[in-house]
Amino acid sequence: MASKISIAGEENFARIMTSPAQDGSAVAIEIRDLTRRFGAQIVLDHVSFACPHGKITTVVGPSGCGKTVLLKHLNFLLRPNCGAIIVDGEDVTQMGSSELNRVRDKFGMLFQAGALFDSMTVAENVAFPLVEKTNLSRQEIAQRVQEKLAAVGLEGAGNKFPSEISGGMQKRAALARALIREPEILLLDEPTTGLDPTRAGAIHHLIRRTQQRFGLSAVLVSHDVPQVFEISDRVAFLYKGRTRLFGTVQEILSANDPVFKSFLAGEEIDEEGLQAGSNALAM
Amino acid sequence: MAGAGGGEGRRHGHKALCSLRGRTWSVPPRNEANSNLNNPSGMRGSPSLKLLMYWITEPVRWLGAQAIENVAALGRFGLFFISALFNALSPPYKPRLVVRQLRLIGADSIFLITLIGWATGMVLGLQGYNTLHRFGSETALGTVVALVLVRELGPVLSALMITARAGSAMAAELGSMQVTEQVDALSVMAIDPVQYLVSPRILAGLISFPLLTAIFDVVGIFGGYAIGVGLMGVPPGSYFRGIVDNLTPHDVASGFYKALVFGLAVTWVCCYKGYHAERMATGISRATTEAVVLSSVLVLLWDYFLTSVLL
Repeated sequence: MASKISIAGEENFARIMTSPAQDGSAVAIEIRDLTRRFGAQIVLDHVSFACPHGKITTVVGPSGCGKTVLLKHLNFLLRPNCGAIIVDGEDVTQMGSSELNRVRDKFGMLFQAGALFDSMTVAENVAFPLVEKTNLSRQEIAQRVQEKLAAVGLEGAGNKFPSEISGGMQKRAALARALIREPEILLLDEPTTGLDPTRAGAIHHLIRRTQQRFGLSAVLVSHDVPQVFEISDRVAFLYKGRTRLFGTVQEILSANDPVFKSFLAGEEIDEEGLQAGSNALAM
Repeated sequence: MAGAGGGEGRRHGHKALCSLRGRTWSVPPRNEANSNLNNPSGMRGSPSLKLLMYWITEPVRWLGAQAIENVAALGRFGLFFISALFNALSPPYKPRLVVRQLRLIGADSIFLITLIGWATGMVLGLQGYNTLHRFGSETALGTVVALVLVRELGPVLSALMITARAGSAMAAELGSMQVTEQVDALSVMAIDPVQYLVSPRILAGLISFPLLTAIFDVVGIFGGYAIGVGLMGVPPGSYFRGIVDNLTPHDVASGFYKALVFGLAVTWVCCYKGYHAERMATGISRATTEAVVLSSVLVLLWDYFLTSVLL
């Protein structure tokens, strides 16, 4: 564990508390010094952490800290300016499109708003990756779709269109679509956005159950703190495009980091106060 | 540390920004004592001269930036088409997607095209008869109606009608898919969105535009017949005899080439605008408007160019 308290203003305040290698678990995705600029603005600044295999890694942080941009790098919609993303020992940032598609087959993705195709029924949406990417027969596809819909509690909603079901059901349908090809890694972009606390809790538990049932490695981007910590195995706290904290939930919660405390309390992070605190500690 | 923070504040305080119709201009700050305005580009001289130079150089800088942006956009536009063409010719082939778009662009437009073709033919019959009657050449009505429709009005009006009906829908649908991350969802599933969404639409446009134009021409000729022969009393034999004698394969081919080019231009523009819709509330409406306006302008400009080449 890092012994020194890190305060904003220091050169590198990333605190890697327990890395997957330290606790003996394998690594599903390793992010090394990921940096991304948009014009002059640095959105990700040498972000580094490793997501353990078969666990849920949650990325939290204030709005604009780079969570969604990070996830877009993990699903290869964006390429970094520098740094690496290692999946199964391969740096995917250096891959061409055909190689990338091979790696993408290992991933499932749940988008913030579901991203269901509104011209298709729920069942057609869930079946879509199988129809487009496999040679399975119609019967096999229908059977798998029914299995996945049942797994997310949408047995009777297959013939409805996305516009005919609630927001929570849309998220469930999107989760079923993300799982239909039985991915090894599941990426989730703010899955509880726009849902009331009850439905948000139900989605969280569904994610946990699904992850445990299929043995998935999951990377979850969320602003829903501290509720999301209930289902998290590891937490990465991003602040100003950097990994400020990374570790188990207990480690993160017990870290004496004023920025994280302010974030948890929902308070505005007082930069000047933090600087003064840093100076006081230095003295 | 506080000093460093203050320094950063001063650095960002040099230049205020304002937005004018989505474009960002840098404007001189109010505090002249600490501003770049007092010494833009490190110039020496009186403050009024510097102010004058600032207001002269700033529009030039903006114009230059706009020129670079537009050339880059043109490049992206071309690359988008090359990518769509390459994907259309590369496996996996998805004929069912092309058939679906043929229904949306082609079959669903038949009623509109028939209606407009009939109305155009009737107007041509009426105007043509009245004009030709002055010269005692009413028997040439069939020739006039057919030539005008096949060479000019058929391809152009069909393209404008399909743009209004199917092109706008195309841009809005792709824009909506972009805004709601459905395009990203395709990418994440390792499905090329251009191959899945754009290539079938362009292929369907290339097939359906000439066919719809042919329908427009035929219906229009019968519309002219209904007015010229049925209402004005032109001999029916002379109406069709004139068409058979004077309408050459070259006339038909030139209309066909125009329809092909318009089909390509309209689907290309509408797909490009929809696919690149901005992810904001007005993104879809703006993309749709730009798609329809640019497609219509391109159809009319290309019509002149093709007419001059094919004459």
